[in-house]
Amino acid sequence: MIEPLLKVEGLKKYFPIRKGILSRVSGHVKAVDDVSFYVNKGETLGIVGESGCGKSTTGRMLMRLLEPTEGKVEFNGKELTSISTDDMRKARREIQMVFQDPYASLNPRHTIEKILEEPLIVHGIGDSISRKKKVHDFLEIVGLSSYHAKRYPHQFSGGQRQRIGIARALMTNPKLIIADEPVSALDVSIQAQVLNLMQDLQKEFDLTYIFIAHDLGVVRHISDRVGVMYLGKIVEIAETELLYNKPLHPYTQALLSAVPVPDPDFVREKILITGDIPSPSNPPTGCTFHTRCPHKMDVCTKIIPKLEEVEPGHSVACHLYGEQVQH
Amino acid sequence: MSNLAPKQLDGTPQTEKVAGPWLEAWRGFKKSKLAVVGAGIVLFFIIVAFIGPFIAMQGINEQLLSDRLLKPSSTYWLGTDDLGRDILSRIIHGARISLWVGFFSVIGSLVVGSFLGIIAGYYGKWIDTIISRIFDIMLAFPSILLAIAVVSVLGPSLQNALIAIAIINIPNFGRLIRSKVLSIKEEEYITSAKAIGMKDIRILFSHILPNSMSPVIVQGTLAIATAIIEAAALGFLGLGAQAPAPEWGKMLADARVNFINAPWTMFFPGLAIMLTVLGFNLMGDGLRDALDPKMKN
Repeated sequence: MIEPLLKVEGLKKYFPIRKGILSRVSGHVKAVDDVSFYVNKGETLGIVGESGCGKSTTGRMLMRLLEPTEGKVEFNGKELTSISTDDMRKARREIQMVFQDPYASLNPRHTIEKILEEPLIVHGIGDSISRKKKVHDFLEIVGLSSYHAKRYPHQFSGGQRQRIGIARALMTNPKLIIADEPVSALDVSIQAQVLNLMQDLQKEFDLTYIFIAHDLGVVRHISDRVGVMYLGKIVEIAETELLYNKPLHPYTQALLSAVPVPDPDFVREKILITGDIPSPSNPPTGCTFHTRCPHKMDVCTKIIPKLEEVEPGHSVACHLYGEQVQH
Repeated sequence: MSNLAPKQLDGTPQTEKVAGPWLEAWRGFKKSKLAVVGAGIVLFFIIVAFIGPFIAMQGINEQLLSDRLLKPSSTYWLGTDDLGRDILSRIIHGARISLWVGFFSVIGSLVVGSFLGIIAGYYGKWIDTIISRIFDIMLAFPSILLAIAVVSVLGPSLQNALIAIAIINIPNFGRLIRSKVLSIKEEEYITSAKAIGMKDIRILFSHILPNSMSPVIVQGTLAIATAIIEAAALGFLGLGAQAPAPEWGKMLADARVNFINAPWTMFFPGLAIMLTVLGFNLMGDGLRDALDPKMKN
């Protein structure tokens, strides 16, 4: 079996809630609570979930932009959570990130050339001439022109800026790119262009993506496998077609039933989930989804369901499928 | 936007002048008439300060006791003081002192204040608490009182007045930079700089500092005006420049006794102070309008 490029085990992030003048810790916001998954080389893992479910926090912890409270991140056979900050800084050469807001993620006072050259300078790659050449090459690769190099971010449109953001992530020849809602801030027509660009780049540079998004259609388009997060936990993770055609977790079923279908005659059974997402500082006992689940059973309020493989390439954390695990 | 314009037919890259953030700010600045007037006044005094000694008609300390307290005339354009010294010449020389104090005290407080402010804002926690509380304590005193205290410790002289003014202005810059750093460090381009693998020091000086500079420039310009007033005030109180230096505040103090029978001895140094301060203030306001609406996205 091929060794996965990235393996995450039991990743947790608890933000302390402080109260009073003595800043006593009175509780924790469990932003990410015991998340485990792996990503194979060359594949795209999509992570979906509503806002506040911890998907961005997970992405940031993988790069240690946020320090995990607990858990292991193994990248390319190397443990990342225990190495020194300076080693982590160097390791970021191989893991890069594309950010959500292309208006905020580029320094407004730097020219495009400077923005793109900086990762190379930071990691001591090449000399001034070869760096500049690489900047110009990559501008062309992401569909811009080399004469754009002297311009400033505010002179570009959102889509163009996101291309610059992608080019910046590619400068150091990373193996893994964590894309945190890379197209959410863009117009739909531009979204498609950027997604296609990302797919082309994946083939060309043999990249592995972790694609974080809340748009189920976008995730289906780009991902090989998809993980669904709810309240800091992965509730279901499966190969894309399996998940979209046969969602098992009630939450996934509800999410997918809300995706618009481009057929006016299509009548579907819409699964409505009631209530609000519970507070991550005081999550429900047992299965965190039991407060809104249409199939709630007694066991759900008591025991946290484990993420278990119910069929090849399809894991779900739900007591409904408990029997299937046994046989 | 220009990048939507059709490419030139021969396909060669367009040679265009790219407007950087500073150039755009300059364009905005030029639009404000008052700001340009202010900049003009400032420039005038700077020129006077530089070439003054060559154009002043009389030596600053040249006393002609027969020509005491003369009204402005064709010989003495702004009159003479109680020792028969030409007021115009003294004001011209005084420009150099005032601007010198203004610029250098502000540079001093700007450098120290920015450094402390950046450290406090970026690293936060206990460092922030210590630095911020010190700033609070300093700001609790009226600035002139604090300046008097500093000067009385160091001893009255122009140089010590400069140091005192620099010290009392540190918290203004420190707090300004700190608040700016606090907001900038949450920006996504700082996160992305970290994600790239940049070291803190590079993030601080290459990303955070340049982006927090615009309010500091505005504050710096306005602070020069305040510093000039403070220097004049210390001079007036006898704690700044010492006789016979032609410092404007000192000139005001010396002329005080003759105010009734020779008002020009007080009027013209006062006018000089007012004009310089007005110039810096107008310029600072213009800069604020040009720099503050931030980057036009």
